[in-house]
Amino acid sequence: MSTTVPAAAGEVTDDLAVIHHGRPRLSDRARHERRLGWLLAGPAFIVMVAVTGYPILNAVWLSLFDYRLTNPDGREFVGLGNYGMILSDGLFWRQFGVTSAITVVTVAVEFVIGFALAMVMHRALVLRRSLRTAILVPYGIVTVVSAYAWQYAFTPAYGFVNPMLNLDDYNWFGSTVPSVAVICLSEIWKTTPFLSLLLLAGLAQIPEDYLEAAKVDGATAWQRFRRVIMPNMKAAIMVALLFRTLDAFRIFDNVFVMTQGAQGTETLSFLAYRQTISRVQIGLGSAVSVILAVLVVLIAVMFVKGFKTNLSQQRG
Amino acid sequence: MDHKRASGSGAVRPRRSGRRVGAAATAVLTAATLAGCGGDSAARTGTPTLTWYINNAFDAAIGQRCSEEAEAYDIRTEQLPNNAAGQREQILRRLAANDTSMDILSLDPPYMPELAEAGFLRAYTQEEAAEFSEGVLDGPLEQSLYEDTMYSAPFYANVQLLWYKEAVAEEAGLDMTQPVTWDQLIDAAERTGTTVAVQGQRNESLMVWVNALVQSAGGTILDPASEGAEADAVAATIDGEAGVAAAEIMRRIADSPAAPAAMSTAAEENSRAAFQEDDGGFMVNWPYVWNAFASAQETGALPAGFQDGVAWTTYPRVDADTPAAVPIGGAGISIGAFTRYPDLAVDAVRCLRSLESQKEHMLTGGEPATNSAAFEDPEIREAFPMWEAIRAGLEDAAPRPISAYYGDVTGAIQQTYHPPTDLDPTTTPKEAADLIEGVLSNEQLL
Repeated sequence: MSTTVPAAAGEVTDDLAVIHHGRPRLSDRARHERRLGWLLAGPAFIVMVAVTGYPILNAVWLSLFDYRLTNPDGREFVGLGNYGMILSDGLFWRQFGVTSAITVVTVAVEFVIGFALAMVMHRALVLRRSLRTAILVPYGIVTVVSAYAWQYAFTPAYGFVNPMLNLDDYNWFGSTVPSVAVICLSEIWKTTPFLSLLLLAGLAQIPEDYLEAAKVDGATAWQRFRRVIMPNMKAAIMVALLFRTLDAFRIFDNVFVMTQGAQGTETLSFLAYRQTISRVQIGLGSAVSVILAVLVVLIAVMFVKGFKTNLSQQRG
Repeated sequence: MDHKRASGSGAVRPRRSGRRVGAAATAVLTAATLAGCGGDSAARTGTPTLTWYINNAFDAAIGQRCSEEAEAYDIRTEQLPNNAAGQREQILRRLAANDTSMDILSLDPPYMPELAEAGFLRAYTQEEAAEFSEGVLDGPLEQSLYEDTMYSAPFYANVQLLWYKEAVAEEAGLDMTQPVTWDQLIDAAERTGTTVAVQGQRNESLMVWVNALVQSAGGTILDPASEGAEADAVAATIDGEAGVAAAEIMRRIADSPAAPAAMSTAAEENSRAAFQEDDGGFMVNWPYVWNAFASAQETGALPAGFQDGVAWTTYPRVDADTPAAVPIGGAGISIGAFTRYPDLAVDAVRCLRSLESQKEHMLTGGEPATNSAAFEDPEIREAFPMWEAIRAGLEDAAPRPISAYYGDVTGAIQQTYHPPTDLDPTTTPKEAADLIEGVLSNEQLL
């Protein structure tokens, strides 16, 4: 996770210098670091391109066809027809809405809780290791297993939630909002530890001197948090939020286990699954997947631009 | 959801010798994997091994017996996923990849036409079809044919019955010796403060219910003439009076106090649980529930004597004067088009679906036989006291639409006829028909 090292004060100006002068004049150290970086990451990079490049290009190619797996002879080139159909279908936009809502809610709640947990883990004086282990337990559980556990908990007939809340036989999975709420809850419980771990890495990088200096200058705890901790964790926060947002946007397993997409809880990944796997409409399914991938890239670009952080310029 | 991207790649080996070891290990692993996947067992042992993909774990014993009886081949069984949709997905994808290990398949009948149309199944010859049709009841036979050709040899079948608590029926004043209608049932349940347990979950069991209601009302979901039609020529006919009647009954139960809790997420087992409650009165379900009651009594989950108070009759009617179209399920045994041993597979099917095997499946797996002769066996009659109702149901059964695009049809029905509380009899049938046709002509997403 070397990319999560937070920005040190002067480096933003370095960035600007690079942009303004066109070709950067690299110092020996920078050149050496760059070479070492390529040597270390190169093989993995090549393998990744080989393994992911072909399927991606193949999916883009297939998305231009009307192609049902059970009727290979009927395969017909339709150009961008699949994309046009998907983007003009109400179902796509509805599921885009559901996916976005789940993403925004879960990431926002996870960020707040995750930050608090990271602070606790960072500041804890006693039982530090036990505390970290305990916080990380949910993340170690397979999503399908945790999804079943949450589903059982909220099932009216044998779950413990309804008796606990005196809800009698209220059916949590009987309509959209409560279903999505349980899905979000399960998602938050499961992945907050991941977020807090990334944030903890960021917290650990802030030199104590900064906080001491701020204290000496009379900064309150809130001011230290707002003015010292947050700015110095910008890169870590961005990475944490970016990873979680991309994951949340591709949510599938919790929905698949808990509602099978019923009650309007289908997400975009579910749409791709249904077209490709259930309906074996390879062309249409590929087009949904490509749209999903483009949206994921857009989210990543928005984050990087929005945070104005250039991760490639981070140095340890 | 994992976070594999977050961890760095640790695969880079700096030293040459390490790399060589890695390459050798990869080669060995690859060779072993390939041998495991495509290895021809005949080449190794001399006896070909046929793989039978089963959808009921109890069939492994039948496979074992037939394997021991046969000299020319061995049979090994592979268990398919539990639910019908999962079975279809696995079989379809394997066959689409020309998997030669798909020798013999237990297949849920509605999914057979799709595979047959795609050329993924070996059609039984006329002689074989005649042999495998002998003594088979009408319902199971009908669903084993596609365009008059047999692609699935009838193995076991299943019919839903109406289960009721005798005390409740008596209190409500229902004469259960005569066929009852859905409206009578709902009225009776409302009068007695009990429930009518149905399968309202959005999965294949909802389709089973909708199809039964539509056909009982004298309609069909698809135009029967669409059986072999191209995707964009398939005509949906659910937007007629029968589709309206189906939506009305479903909506009526959903809005009634007779609706069990969580009806819109209830599958068969949830229905059974609802029926077992004190306020359970009536339930439509498969015959497996009978043995399930007995087991629950043995473990103490149900009070002793519960089973004695339960009775059964034929599936409820929509219209008092028209016999109900009884929901039918089950499985046929098909032969994959890419098997290397089609003749041996046919021979194996003879044993796997023999009368003896059908009875064995009925007694262990709990699902009724397709051959009428099985119901003559005293052992079967004892284990299935409702055998007459089952046999009659298998004669009057109404299979789900026979279409190569069944997967899309059931998907569209499940999307529009769910949840039951939101159905609008004036618009739902039309929405369903439009969605079926829109999806099949590739103008709409599902």
